[in-house]
Amino acid sequence: MSEKKASLLEAINLALHRAMYEDENVVALGEDIGVNGGVFRATAGLREAFGIKRVIDTPLAETMIAGLAVGMAAQGLKPVMEIQFLGFIYAAMEHLVSHASRMRNRTRGRLGCSMVLRSPMGAGIRAPEHHSESTEALFAHIPGLRVVIPSSPARAYGLLLAAIDDPDPVIFLEPTRLYRMNPQELHDDGKRLPLDSCFTLREGRDLTLISWGASIHECQQAAEHLAERGVSVELIDVACIKPLDLDTLEASVRKTGRCVIVHEAPKSCGVGAEIAASLYERALLDLQAPIQRVTAPDIPPPLYRLEGLYIPGVDDIVAACAAVLDYA
Amino acid sequence: MPDTLNLPYTRLLDPQGRPVAELPAWATDPELLLRLYRQMVLTRLFDQKAVALQRTGRIGTYAPTLGQEAIGVAIGALMQREDVLVPYYRDTAVQVMRGVRMEEILLYWGGDERGSAYVDAAVAEDFPLCVPIATQALHACGVASAFKIRGQHRVAVTTCGDGATSKGDFLEALNVAGAWQLPVVFVVNNNQWAISVPRRIQCGAPTLAQKAIGAGFAGEQVDGNDVLALYARMQAALERARHGKGPVLLECLSYRLGDHTTADDATRYRSSEEVKQAWQEEPIKRLQAFMASQGLWDEGREQALIAECQAQVQQAVEAFEAVTEPPAEAALEYVYAQWPAALAEQREMLRERAERRREASHE
Ligand SMILES: Cc1ncc(C[n+]2csc(CCOP(=O)(O)OP(=O)(O)O)c2C)c(N)n1
Ligand SMILES: [Mg+2]
Repeated sequence: MSEKKASLLEAINLALHRAMYEDENVVALGEDIGVNGGVFRATAGLREAFGIKRVIDTPLAETMIAGLAVGMAAQGLKPVMEIQFLGFIYAAMEHLVSHASRMRNRTRGRLGCSMVLRSPMGAGIRAPEHHSESTEALFAHIPGLRVVIPSSPARAYGLLLAAIDDPDPVIFLEPTRLYRMNPQELHDDGKRLPLDSCFTLREGRDLTLISWGASIHECQQAAEHLAERGVSVELIDVACIKPLDLDTLEASVRKTGRCVIVHEAPKSCGVGAEIAASLYERALLDLQAPIQRVTAPDIPPPLYRLEGLYIPGVDDIVAACAAVLDYA
Repeated sequence: MPDTLNLPYTRLLDPQGRPVAELPAWATDPELLLRLYRQMVLTRLFDQKAVALQRTGRIGTYAPTLGQEAIGVAIGALMQREDVLVPYYRDTAVQVMRGVRMEEILLYWGGDERGSAYVDAAVAEDFPLCVPIATQALHACGVASAFKIRGQHRVAVTTCGDGATSKGDFLEALNVAGAWQLPVVFVVNNNQWAISVPRRIQCGAPTLAQKAIGAGFAGEQVDGNDVLALYARMQAALERARHGKGPVLLECLSYRLGDHTTADDATRYRSSEEVKQAWQEEPIKRLQAFMASQGLWDEGREQALIAECQAQVQQAVEAFEAVTEPPAEAALEYVYAQWPAALAEQREMLRERAERRREASHE
C-alpha cells in the first residue's frame, strides 16, 4: 500500500492500473491510449504493464468504440473505453441509449453491460473548439446509465474503481480543469467509494451549496469567503449525478432552509433543474428562499477568450448565496 | 497486404525534383510554378509564426500544416470561386488561397469566434474548419446535393486525414456520394499518423483510396509531396465532378512533419529517424529543385520571396493583435438568429457576470 501525493489525473491512472491488476477481464481501449498513454497521460504505463491485448489503440471512430464495448461486455469482459474529449462522444450515443443502457432489460438479465466510458469534460483550459463540453445531463437523462463526475483525486480513485466493478454501464467524466490541480495524499489501497451517495465536503447551518465536477473548486472558495462573513455553508459534492442521492441533499436543505446549486453546464434542463425540482417536491415547506442556480448560460462553450464568462466564478456563487440569504 | 486492386498512383517529380513521367504543358509555366511555390512557402512561414505565437501564449492550440503544404495549395489553385470548400482543421494552405485571411486563422486558434466570420466575399459559402473528425464529409455531400438539385455545375471539395477515413461519417459520405453520383471531391491527407496512431493500424486495407471502390466510384493515390502530381489529379477530379461524372477520392500520400498540434509531443510515439527520412521527401524543396533545373529559381529569388512572404505574415500578425477583446455579448449574439425573448434573463445574467469580472479585475 503506497501513499503519496497524486493529482486527479494520477489518481485515475492508479485506479486503472489497480483495476487491470485485480481483474484480468478489465481491458482498456481508445484513441491514443496505448503507446501515447492518452492525450492527457491518463493511461500512461498501462500498455507496458498489461500488454497490447488488454490495452488497445483503436481506429478513430467513436461509434465503433461504444459498439465494441457493448459486445465485449456481453462476453464478460469489462471494457474501460476512453473518449478523447466529451465533445466527441455524440457519435457513440446510439449505442449508449439503445443498447448499453438497455441490454440487461431487453434480455431479462441474461446479458449485461458492465462497461465504463471515461471522458475528459469541461472548460477552462484554453482548449480548441469542441474540447470544453459539460453535457452530463444528456447521459443523466438515459435510464440504465450511471453518471459519475469526481472532483478530487481520492474521489476519482475510489469512484473509478467502483465504476469498473459496477455491473451496469457508467459514464465517468473527468474535469480537465482539475486534472493537475492540488495533488493530494492518496492511498492506493483499492478502496471503492459508493456510487450512490453524495459527499458532504463541509458542514454548515445557513445554506446548502450543491455542485459537482470542476465547479466544486469555486464553491470551496465561495464557502471560505462566506465563512469570513460569518455565513456557515454546507458544501455537497454530488459526484454521482445519476442516480442522485436525494436523501442527503434533502436532509441538508431541511437543516439550512436555503440552497444554491452550481454547475458549469448550461442552465436549461441541466442537472440543477432535476435537483431543484426534487428538493421542492420533498422539502418545500422547509425552504426559506427560492433555490438559485449558478450555471453557464444556454450557449455553446465559447472559444477560450470568453470561456471565463461561461464558467461560474467565485463571485457569481457568492452573489447568488447572498441573494438567497437576504431573501426575506 | 498487397494492393491487388492496382489503383492508380501518380507522381511526376521524384523527391529530388526530377521528372519521372512526361510532364503536362502547364508544368513548365513559370507563372503557375511560381504561384504554387509561393503559396507553399507562405503557408510554411505562417505556420512557423503560428507555432511561435502559441509558445508565447498569444494563441491557443494550433495544428500545423508542416509537410502537407502541397496538398492544400493544389486544391486552392484549382477550385473555382463558386465551388465550396468543406475543410478539416489542418487546412491553412487551402483556406488562405480561397480568401480566408491569415489574421482570421490566428483569431480562431486564438480563441475568438470572429475568426470564422470570413470577411472576404469569395469564401462566403465555405465552411469553417471542422474539429469533430470526418463529420464534414457528410456536409460536403449535402452541399453537393444542393448543387445537383439546382442543376449547378459547382463542386464541393472536402478534406480530412487518414484517421478520419475510419469513421462512419466518412464511409457514409462515400456511400451517398456514389449512390447519388454527387459533384464532390474527397481529399484524404494521408500524413501517416492520426495523433499517435500510425496508418498501418488504422485500417487493414492497403490503400485508403480503395474505400471509394466499395462506394462505386473512382479512388486513386497521389504523391502528396509532389505539387505537380496533385495539381494534375485534382484538376481531373474537379473536371469530372463538375461535369456530372460523379465523385472522386484522392488519397494524397504525405507526412506530418510536425507534432499533431502544439499540445502534442510526437517524440513519445515515433522515431526521429522516421521523421528525418520523411524530410527527404518534403514538398517545398522538391518543387524548388525542379524550378532551379528549369532555370526559374536561384538563391536571390528565394531570399526575395521569403522576405515578401514574411512581411505578409507579419502584417497578418499585426492585424490579429490589433483586434480588441470580444465583448461579452459576442458569446450569445449568434446562438440564435435572434436571442429569444424567453431567454432575456440569461442575457442579463451574462451581463452581470461580465460586470463582476470587470470589477474583480480592477480590485
Ligand atoms: C470525432 C473526433 N474524435 C476524436 C478527435 C480527437 N482528434 C483530433 S485530431 C485526431 C487525429 C486525426 O487524425 P487524421 O484524421 O489522420 O488527421 P491529421 O490530424 O493527422 O491530419 C483525433 C483523434 C476529434 N477531433 N474528433
Ligand atoms: Mg493523419
